[in-house]
Amino acid sequence: MGRMTAAPPPLPTVDPVIVPSPTEDVTGDVPWQAIVWNDPVNLMSYVTYVLQKLFGYPEPQATALMLDVHHKGKAAVSSGDKEKVEGDVAKLHAAGLWATMQRA
Amino acid sequence: MNGWKRSGRGGRQRLVATLDAQEVAVLRGLVDEVRRMLGSRAEEQPHDELAELTGLQTGPSTKPDDPVLARLLPDFATDDADLSGGLRSLHEPELIAAKDAAAAVVLDTLPGAGGRVELTPDQADAWLAALNDVRLALGTALDVSEDMPDDLPPDDPRAGHLGVYHWLTYVQDGLVQSRMAVR
Repeated sequence: MGRMTAAPPPLPTVDPVIVPSPTEDVTGDVPWQAIVWNDPVNLMSYVTYVLQKLFGYPEPQATALMLDVHHKGKAAVSSGDKEKVEGDVAKLHAAGLWATMQRA
Repeated sequence: MNGWKRSGRGGRQRLVATLDAQEVAVLRGLVDEVRRMLGSRAEEQPHDELAELTGLQTGPSTKPDDPVLARLLPDFATDDADLSGGLRSLHEPELIAAKDAAAAVVLDTLPGAGGRVELTPDQADAWLAALNDVRLALGTALDVSEDMPDDLPPDDPRAGHLGVYHWLTYVQDGLVQSRMAVR
């Protein structure tokens, strides 16, 4: 009988994260954007507040983005790697904004 | 309801309003209803022993058929169904949990039969999210548009509900303004 020398294999992590494939992970590039879309319910004041709170934007920047959403129908409100933008979209959904992600 | 006021200073600032019994009942009813809809969506997911073992909860990968639920739980992407489905499955349980938690804060801080509401800034943020969910639900059900009139003709079946929608808009907008003034 052999001795129990082998260490147990490491427990795989179950962190719910989509690992970007190497082709998507271009260092120094900004491959993804979070887009907020205009909708008839969300208040201009609330959208401005959410952008300040979630992304730390100063009020003039948050207001300018909100006005872009309002007048142009949509605006890119954040960018970065896929995982970061995915998290940003999830937070925007929790706040009730209509947001999607796409390649920049 | 006569608008929101700030009271206290520094870390003890509170956002305060007075709601009458009917306003409390309307708000409680709507928040409960949205919570119930989200809860039934969460329960649609079949029991998953693997998820229970790993603690990794996954949700459905397809958008709800109901337009109200579809607006509360939007797609992650417009042009990539695989990406959108995968991310929905991953994030929808936590999104429903976040909305449920915000709704619970409203229900916990509403006075039983009308009276004073006093919110910390964090509680106010939960109120803003929950009020927004209720307005999204009602706005979607009423098919609200940007150029919606303040009043509909009295014979329009939506007329009464639109009044509630506008009242919720007033409550939320006032709370945003007061919340933004807290530094």
